[in-house]
Amino acid sequence: MGNTITEKIIALKSEQKKVNPGEFHQIKVDRVMIHDLFGPFVIQQFRKMGFKKVWDPTRVVFIFDHLVPANTIEAARHFQEIFNFADKMNISNVFEAEGICHQIMPEKGFVYPGDVIMGTDSHTCTYGAFGSFSTGIGYTEMAAILGTGEIWVKVPETILFKLSGKLPSGVDAKDIILKIIGDIGTDGATYKTMEFCGDGIAGLTMSERMTICNMAVEAGAKNGIIPVDKTTSSYYYQYSLSTDKYLTISSDDDDAVCHSTYEYDLSKLEPMVSCPHTVGNVKPVSKVSGYKIHQAFLGSCTNGRLEDLRIAASIIRGRRINPQVRFIVTPASRKIYREAIREGLVQILIDSGAIVTHPGCGLCAGNGGIIGDGERMISSNNRNYIGRMGSKDSEVFLGSPATVAASALTGYIVDPREFIR
Amino acid sequence: MPSKRIINISGRIWKFGDNIDTDIIMPVKYLSLSSIGEMSQYAFEPLIPDFHTKIQPGDILVGGENWGCGSSREQAAAVLKILQIGAVIAKSFARIFYRNAFTNGLCLIGQPGLVDSVKDGDKICIDLINSTIQIDNQSTTYNFSPLSSMMYDLLNAGGLIPYMQKVNSPNR
Repeated sequence: MGNTITEKIIALKSEQKKVNPGEFHQIKVDRVMIHDLFGPFVIQQFRKMGFKKVWDPTRVVFIFDHLVPANTIEAARHFQEIFNFADKMNISNVFEAEGICHQIMPEKGFVYPGDVIMGTDSHTCTYGAFGSFSTGIGYTEMAAILGTGEIWVKVPETILFKLSGKLPSGVDAKDIILKIIGDIGTDGATYKTMEFCGDGIAGLTMSERMTICNMAVEAGAKNGIIPVDKTTSSYYYQYSLSTDKYLTISSDDDDAVCHSTYEYDLSKLEPMVSCPHTVGNVKPVSKVSGYKIHQAFLGSCTNGRLEDLRIAASIIRGRRINPQVRFIVTPASRKIYREAIREGLVQILIDSGAIVTHPGCGLCAGNGGIIGDGERMISSNNRNYIGRMGSKDSEVFLGSPATVAASALTGYIVDPREFIR
Repeated sequence: MPSKRIINISGRIWKFGDNIDTDIIMPVKYLSLSSIGEMSQYAFEPLIPDFHTKIQPGDILVGGENWGCGSSREQAAAVLKILQIGAVIAKSFARIFYRNAFTNGLCLIGQPGLVDSVKDGDKICIDLINSTIQIDNQSTTYNFSPLSSMMYDLLNAGGLIPYMQKVNSPNR
């Protein structure tokens, strides 16, 4: 019996010949990511546990994104405590205002195929797009890793999603993952791996793959993962990095055993939206078309990348957003922000009436732009829980960047395909 | 490793629905408060304001599917522990919450069959040795899958901090 990618990585990092789903193993961690919101808690627990030294300062990355720039004294204290700790422990990877952790980790070269990466954020599963085994954990377990370099894992079963065909115009990666979560439910993959493969995946960019793996946790998955292929290799090539040494563990064995298999023909997909107040409440956009919106949000670790801003700008170019809609755009990183300015995307968005903010988690972490009682928002992020982005009497619909941009223009939720040019 | 083993957990039930997410258990706007104690005053605020004044130590929370889904915030498990919640029983748990709970010495029991046949205020007793649950005024005994030894060790140690303290102790 062969193994899946995730099983191979766990076997390698636990120094076992072979591991099987359901087994518990202690594994070595290649990299950890700690963000500003939980940094001080990690530090406090680390001290309480009696550790004096971090196991390997070069493998620790602190990223400020949820609270940037600080708008409370408490938030400022979070930054100070992290800086002090990093200084004392000789941790040089502290990123103060570069953007969202899940964007910065791959951008700065901290994510490689075959790596085990743990983060204090549930969307750490994003790095599966690069063939890494990555998942979110709490701050106490993070403190234990800082001390030991290891963590226990239960080997997950793998659910295989075989994607074929090519996405129609106006339909994108967000629609794929929303469709899947709608089908299997918000606990459809609990404790399991969601592995995405097939020629449909091969045709997607790294940005699109990140969108898909980012939302694996919304189906309850431990991790999302995509086999390493030419697209992955060329991504690393542009950073002058080679993926060669990772290729042995970057795909499933032919006789690997999976929990279950789902097949999707991407050419048959349509734009999808997730309706309040759970991500699993997914419908084709046509079912909610015409719902009046008060705000639109384009950003987050799911859909705040350059490709997403390009889609929005192409829809909006030369048009005005509905005057009764606030349209907030938050680039996921400084690099994306700079590039979006260089390409003229920011100009197009501002001219249309959008608010373009500094990079970071922004509204998805409840900062800047929260909505009031009875208000409705269309948003490109990954969660629409009650009160997450404003009043508990507000409603959030999740959709693709195209759906968000087109809806911002009309003032109601709309199928973006009529706006693609 | 632990000298004292937890055998029984009993308490009074608080009943919840499906998909109780971590934004409900511990809303994000309170996460930069400086202590778990302060945060615990806002536990379940979107659903049950002033929850902390309404509960008694040892109360047991019972929920539906996918308890603890959403963000990785450990505060969602930590506030329940500091509020002295005895255990959480649910049809199923989200994985990060599951880890965080045992890391904080909070016991979680997955038991899909029991959830729909209990109500607020019922008295309940969990037997961790025999993996059974008994409810006052009900003749049925509910079985559940035994805790893995990893979880049971964490629970008995009182969480991952005391567990690691022991590892780091010079007298070990």
